[in-house]
Amino acid sequence: MTVILNQSFTGISIGAVLLLIALGLTLTFGQMGVINMAHGEFIMAGAYTTYVLQKSISSAGISLLVALPVAFVVAGLMGALLEWLLIRRLYTRPLDTLLVTWGVSLMLQQLARDVFGAPNVQTHAPDLLTDNVSVGGGITLANSRLFILGLALLCVLALTLILRTTPLGRRIRAVVQNRDLAEVSGIATGQVDRMTFFIGSGLAGVAGVALTLVGPIGPTMGTNYIVDAFLVVVVGGIGQLKGSVITAFALGVLQSVLEYSTTVSVAKVIVLVAIVAFLQWRPQGLYTLRTRSLA
Amino acid sequence: MSGLSFSRRGLLAGVSAAGASAALSACGAKTGSGTSSDAGVKADTSGSTVKVGLLNSLSGTMAISEVTVHNALLLAVKEINAAGGVLGKKLNPVSQDGASDWPTFAEKAEALIKDDKVVATFGCWTSSSRKAVKPVFERYKSLLFYPVQYEGLEESPYIFYTGATTNQQIVPALDYLKKQGLTKLYLVGSDYVFPRTANKIIKAYAEAKGMKVVGEDYAPLGSTEFSTIVNKVKDSGADAVFNTLNGDSNVAFFKEYKSSGMTAKSMPVLSVSIAEEEVKSIGTQYLEGQLTAWNYYQTTPGAANTKFVAAYQAAYGKGKPTSDPMEAAYVSVYLWKEMVEKAGSFDVAKVKAASDGITFAAPEGEVTVDGASQHVYKTARIGKVGADGLITEVWNSGKPIKPDPFLKGYDWASGLS
Repeated sequence: MTVILNQSFTGISIGAVLLLIALGLTLTFGQMGVINMAHGEFIMAGAYTTYVLQKSISSAGISLLVALPVAFVVAGLMGALLEWLLIRRLYTRPLDTLLVTWGVSLMLQQLARDVFGAPNVQTHAPDLLTDNVSVGGGITLANSRLFILGLALLCVLALTLILRTTPLGRRIRAVVQNRDLAEVSGIATGQVDRMTFFIGSGLAGVAGVALTLVGPIGPTMGTNYIVDAFLVVVVGGIGQLKGSVITAFALGVLQSVLEYSTTVSVAKVIVLVAIVAFLQWRPQGLYTLRTRSLA
Repeated sequence: MSGLSFSRRGLLAGVSAAGASAALSACGAKTGSGTSSDAGVKADTSGSTVKVGLLNSLSGTMAISEVTVHNALLLAVKEINAAGGVLGKKLNPVSQDGASDWPTFAEKAEALIKDDKVVATFGCWTSSSRKAVKPVFERYKSLLFYPVQYEGLEESPYIFYTGATTNQQIVPALDYLKKQGLTKLYLVGSDYVFPRTANKIIKAYAEAKGMKVVGEDYAPLGSTEFSTIVNKVKDSGADAVFNTLNGDSNVAFFKEYKSSGMTAKSMPVLSVSIAEEEVKSIGTQYLEGQLTAWNYYQTTPGAANTKFVAAYQAAYGKGKPTSDPMEAAYVSVYLWKEMVEKAGSFDVAKVKAASDGITFAAPEGEVTVDGASQHVYKTARIGKVGADGLITEVWNSGKPIKPDPFLKGYDWASGLS
């Protein structure tokens, strides 16, 4: 019983990481259809932002909290710049976008290597977050994982509120549903695209801050997470937040339960086979957006 | 998706381009295919200098480790030149970048032998890169000095192995754990040749010596999600973890390990791929008190090491750590020099014949070349990571251990290889 409960929590915490790294993609890929291979490098930018801030702010706790908004802006601006420079010229050519952004991702990795060096760098997690809490019955929950879970849920909530209640959110939804109609209704679609990209990439930056608590911080860290992030969005369904949320947690729990009873590789294979089978049954993913476009 | 449709012409152009490049690479491959005439490539010893090849990854994922080895090789070459060179000839180092890519290693090895006509080559780190260049050195009958601990079970007439083989690193580490009463082991490793071979050896050892392997898990290379594996380790009731993880995975593993509440006291982790450079990169706070198995540490006492550390830091920056593979690389150049001087010639056959019994006062202590296996007698050392990120020795084998790459001297290992 302990094992099951422990693994469920582990699964949920893996799901929270998946959700954080995929959240930005639900916007840029899910809503805009851009295959951005440099998404992982925005995660990396967020992680390095944490590292840089920690050098100037000595308190680990404060620097982590400051890093969240700063990383959001840093990665967001990188995303907006990428959109303005390259992606807006390639909206109708998804394959070219994939190649271009992959090239950008390699360039960003090399840039990080030049600026911060090839070896991984270290941030100090606040003591509170390297600890764990026992909830009785031999079950311990790692504080860092609880923090990530809270952060993921907070980001989902914030994103939902933005999309549902703000004028910007309304414009984003309009563009996603029918770009031409939005354009003729007087919405500056180019601007909306850039804002969407800013928010999506910014969320990747936030994910990067969270990942400093669990994994390495290095030039190639983004590549570790990029495939999983795309998986979550594809399975969750295009353009729907709740699809990604459910998928992230489902995949996390599935992965951890299988991993406990088999091995890492076998678990990964079973998860991928399950995903392929699921997509045969529902090619559009878990949830799909009813659009008003004819295509 | 309208964007995904190809025009027929574009597709044809793409296919023909691919065909052309395949044809090109086929031509390229021809030049590399060995014929008996290749053996006619002779190292060039006519001038006042001779070229030596340095073959390391200076770019890509392995650069973090291999650049330090490259630096150590250059340091040795510089010192030897300052002392008058080898047989009165100065060494001219030619660096080639293997770029963390095995086919590139094979290509560059060939370039060093054929175009630069080097008298010997030093380098390679991963077993995959070594296995890629092995046939090249054998075909051209040229020498490679390989400086990194590895999984053993290999011999080549044209490779000298100056890092540890399994009976100089893994077996002593198991002896140490057994002596400490840590007999229930959990094996965690990256999923490729070295950890799997190492764990095969560990399991054979455990079975014969009354130890128990209570779990075994492999993570894909570069994997950064260890929460489940750490849960399994915690639930397994093991006394210690034997860690053969490589690279970045160690960061995620040790962070997870710490936040699960395990400590070096409650369940020590013994690692075989974490040296001084990696300690910094993983984070000292996660590793303090954990164990490692090597043949050399920066803190190893002795005049030779004091000199080596000072020379390295003078050349590459204060506070730069030295590590086992760097030391083995540095020593390999000196061993080659001793062999050449004993043979009185750069000729490969004569150098090989002269190799047996060559000794050198290395930073790790005295090392001796075993001519039969072309490996080196080395002292095994278990160390503990300190708060300053350096590793201090807690045990050593007392004297250099005879290399036994095929573990022929161990009854329990008869089923391996």
